[in-house]
Amino acid sequence: MQEKIGALNVMYIINSSGSVHFPQGLSTQKLTELEADLDRYGIEIITDHKIILVQKIKNLITDMLKPDGSMPLVKISSYLADNLNESYRTLSQIFTEVCHISIESFIIFHKTEIVKQLLLNEGMTLTEISHLMQYSSVAHLSNQFKNSTGLNPSAFQKVASSKRKVINNLS
Amino acid sequence: MTTKQLHIVLAEDDKDDRLFFENAFKGLKIENELTVCEDGLALMEFLRTVDELPHILFLDMHMPGKSGMECLKELRGNSRYTDMTIAIYTSLNTPTINTDTLSAGANIFIRKPNDPDVLKKILLEVIYINWQYITDGLCKENFMLSY
Repeated sequence: MQEKIGALNVMYIINSSGSVHFPQGLSTQKLTELEADLDRYGIEIITDHKIILVQKIKNLITDMLKPDGSMPLVKISSYLADNLNESYRTLSQIFTEVCHISIESFIIFHKTEIVKQLLLNEGMTLTEISHLMQYSSVAHLSNQFKNSTGLNPSAFQKVASSKRKVINNLS
Repeated sequence: MTTKQLHIVLAEDDKDDRLFFENAFKGLKIENELTVCEDGLALMEFLRTVDELPHILFLDMHMPGKSGMECLKELRGNSRYTDMTIAIYTSLNTPTINTDTLSAGANIFIRKPNDPDVLKKILLEVIYINWQYITDGLCKENFMLSY
C-alpha cells in the first residue's frame, strides 16, 4: 500500500486510523490511477463522492472557459448535465452544498479571473477579450467585471500596476 | 481539493464591532476558527509569532497605536504574508480610498454600509470567495475586490 502511494510522487501522511491524507490534495487523474492499482489487491478507496462530482463540474467548466477560441456554444447547464448524467438541478444543489456558491457564480468568478489575466498578462484590449470570451458586447463584459470585482476594468488595471510595484519592492 | 478548517483573524479595537463580526462569522457554513486581536500592535505580534498563518485577516483601518493602513503596508512589505488574504474596512467615505488600499496590497476593501444585514452578507461573501481561491489553489495576485 505504502509502495503504491509512494509511486504517485505526491506528499502523503498515513494516519493512525489507517486513512491516508494528502496535504496538497490529489488530482482526479492520480486518484483514478491509485484506485485501479489498489483494486487489484481488493482495496477500495472511500472518498466523498459529492466532492468528486464537484471537482468534475469544476473541471468541465474550466475546460469550457479556456480562452483558446474553442468555447462550445451550448448552454453550460445542458453541457454539464449531459456530460455527468445527472439533472442540472441535482448538480446545482450538490455544488452549492460543497462550495457555498452557486454554479452560476462560480462560472462568472472563473470567467472574471481569466479576463484579469488576459488584461494584465497578455495586454489584450477589452474588445479583443469580449470576442475571445464570447461576451455579447464590451459593455456586457465591463458590467460583469464591475459587478464581480467592484472595479471597472481600467481601475483594476491601474490598481494592479501600482500593486506590482509594491510587490517588486518586497524585503 | 482537501477540506480543511478556515482560520480567520480579526483586528478591531471597538468592542461592539468585534461582537458584530463574531456573530456574523457564526453564520458561516465552513468550519472555522477565529482569532481576535484588540489593536494593530497585538495583531502584528500575533502574526509574527504564530506557526501557521491564518487564511484571511479582517482589518479595521482606524485603530489607536498602529492603524490598519500601517499594518497593511508592513504586512505587504514582508514576503512571509504574501499568501494571506487581507480584507480592510472603514466607515470613511473618500473617493479613492478603495483603490488606495487595494494598491497598497489589500485584496478586499469594504466600505462599511449602514445596514448591518448588508455588512454581514458582504463578510460571508468575502469568505466564500476567498474559499474558492484556497480550494482551487488559485493565484491571489489578481484577487482584488471592492465593496
